[in-house]
Amino acid sequence: MTFLRQREAVLALMVVALVLLVGARAPVFLGVGSLANLLTDSTLLVMLALAQMLVIVTRGIDLSAAAMLALSGMVAAMLAASNPGLPLALVMLAATATGLVLGLVNGWLIGMLSLPPIVVTLGTMSVYRGLVFVLSGGAWVSAHQMPAGFVAFPLERLFGLPHLVWIAVAVVAAMAFLARHTRFGRDLYAIGNAPHCAAYIGIPSARRLLWTYGLSGAVAGLCGYLWVARYAVAYTEIAYGFELTVIAACVIGGVSIAGGIGSVAGAVLGALFLTVIGNALPVLQVSPFWQSALTGAVILVAVIANGAGNRKRSRQILPLHQTDPSPLRNRA
Amino acid sequence: MNATTIDKTEAEAPIRSRHSIQERAPGALRHLATRWESLLALLLLAVFVAGGVTLPHFLDPYNLLDGTANFSEKALIALPMALLIICREIDISVAGTLALSSVAMGLAHQAGAPAETLLPVAVGAGLACGWLNGFLVTRFMLPSIVVTIGTIALYRGLASVALGDQAFTGYPQLMADWGQGTFFGVVPRSFAILLGFAALFAIVLHATAPGRRLYAIGNNPDAARFSGIAVDRYRLGLFMLTGAMAGLAAFLLTGRIGSTRPNIATGWELEIITMVILGGVSIAGGVGTIGGVLLAVLTMGAVTYGLAMANVPGIYMTIVVGVLLVATIALSRLLRGKPRSH
Repeated sequence: MTFLRQREAVLALMVVALVLLVGARAPVFLGVGSLANLLTDSTLLVMLALAQMLVIVTRGIDLSAAAMLALSGMVAAMLAASNPGLPLALVMLAATATGLVLGLVNGWLIGMLSLPPIVVTLGTMSVYRGLVFVLSGGAWVSAHQMPAGFVAFPLERLFGLPHLVWIAVAVVAAMAFLARHTRFGRDLYAIGNAPHCAAYIGIPSARRLLWTYGLSGAVAGLCGYLWVARYAVAYTEIAYGFELTVIAACVIGGVSIAGGIGSVAGAVLGALFLTVIGNALPVLQVSPFWQSALTGAVILVAVIANGAGNRKRSRQILPLHQTDPSPLRNRA
Repeated sequence: MNATTIDKTEAEAPIRSRHSIQERAPGALRHLATRWESLLALLLLAVFVAGGVTLPHFLDPYNLLDGTANFSEKALIALPMALLIICREIDISVAGTLALSSVAMGLAHQAGAPAETLLPVAVGAGLACGWLNGFLVTRFMLPSIVVTIGTIALYRGLASVALGDQAFTGYPQLMADWGQGTFFGVVPRSFAILLGFAALFAIVLHATAPGRRLYAIGNNPDAARFSGIAVDRYRLGLFMLTGAMAGLAAFLLTGRIGSTRPNIATGWELEIITMVILGGVSIAGGVGTIGGVLLAVLTMGAVTYGLAMANVPGIYMTIVVGVLLVATIALSRLLRGKPRSH
């Protein structure tokens, strides 16, 4: 039964149950092609949710993720459109580097100046989104302007699965390693659990935050290229409002907005859950207009379920020391 | 000792007794607060001077008053949002609430409800949305940012389910009168309503006991609870107030544009929060004034109006606002030095 007490296990069962439930109503949903589509559709959200998870674990939030994605995507699209001969690897590198720089700006303001993350990323979100317009002059970069290789890459298959899926798998593996097995990753949890204690034991919080937001930017940058290439169009409003979907995936995955709690598996499952809902509605012939409402309901149920552990703690007036270590784990 | 020196010393150190307890730390915070609003006032003045010098019709009073339409509805929601942020809460779902209230009015209108009942319908729908936010936050002790990220998807989703790919139009003349009409032929009604509510909010926040309690809650919710303030009741009340004001804004906005479409007020939540924070309300709670918020609203409105007049695309405005937001908090942090707490 301890297995079931883990949030990730319950969530995984729920994703599988949801897929089977939809499959029972519409068997076509369980086809290999359909499931492969599901996986492909989830990749961008999975990668962004993982980067966002690391940020939220430090008690932060990155509202500018979607704007960084749009700006890097536009940079990649315009670069490829004006230099069709450029190797694709360089274009991807340019998009990732653009995202990294944008993220480092966030990180510098938040880490080095100790400004509140929500305010900083709210501000840079507007700036970055505006810069997409300035850069493109408000024009679209559409499929016929992009080189064929640029557009085809994300969905080209390698060992039967699209490149998108392989990239996402690599990102998931890298993030899992980073979060669990590196000093950098463990420090992020320490910063999120108790910022003061983290400072006392010598964790360089400012530098860690700088690179956490930088990483969030770099992932958004990579996703920017993938997004633009996958949908074969770049314009100012791409991924508008997607930052809230990314945060929602984290919340569903059990990442605590109060910091210090969150796992790679949770964030991945949260993103998968949202993608399953999105893909199931057309299959079930439910009006697609229900998607947003259902997503909202799922988020609320998830936070209430995740927050169930807090209630006892907030009534407790004096902190329990030595006797019981569990309050530490339950804080959310 | 002459009169001027007494005045000077009193101004510098208003309380001489070492036994007195001051409301807040002298110097830094108070200094900064006055500084913030004066900085905003200067900025507003600079925008007016720059606009007046470079654009021929910028200072035309009719144009100016007409230009208030682009921010009045947002500012109406920014007022209760300021109170929420002072209390360490936040409501991301306001634009969703607005959309759902507008849809509620559309449904009521279709069902044949008379024009006079549409305002209560909108405010009632907003109130219900706000109650759900507040109930979830207070009953389950959840962080409001997460709850309202969930409810914005829920409210906007329900609104688009009700609308489908249709739009509600053909609203009665009464709504157009309030959304687009003017008092005495010059002052837009929405702007007059905004000024009235701003005065009301300022009085409640700055001159009444409940207003002081909001600061107490924002400074330290636990201490506020132990000193006998019904913290959760205040929180719930503020969420409902925010919902009701979003309902009122829905009435005015729907009246102004004459229709309800699924994309109504998209992205407003972040614009409204930007207004509040630019107005000097601290995201950490416990600090902020209605005057600051109103000045920020007017500054942002004047810049938007000036850019529109100079034929600059509106999106440049978002860059200006973003830079302003980050620069102002970065500047105040650099001037104050590094804080001790996170």
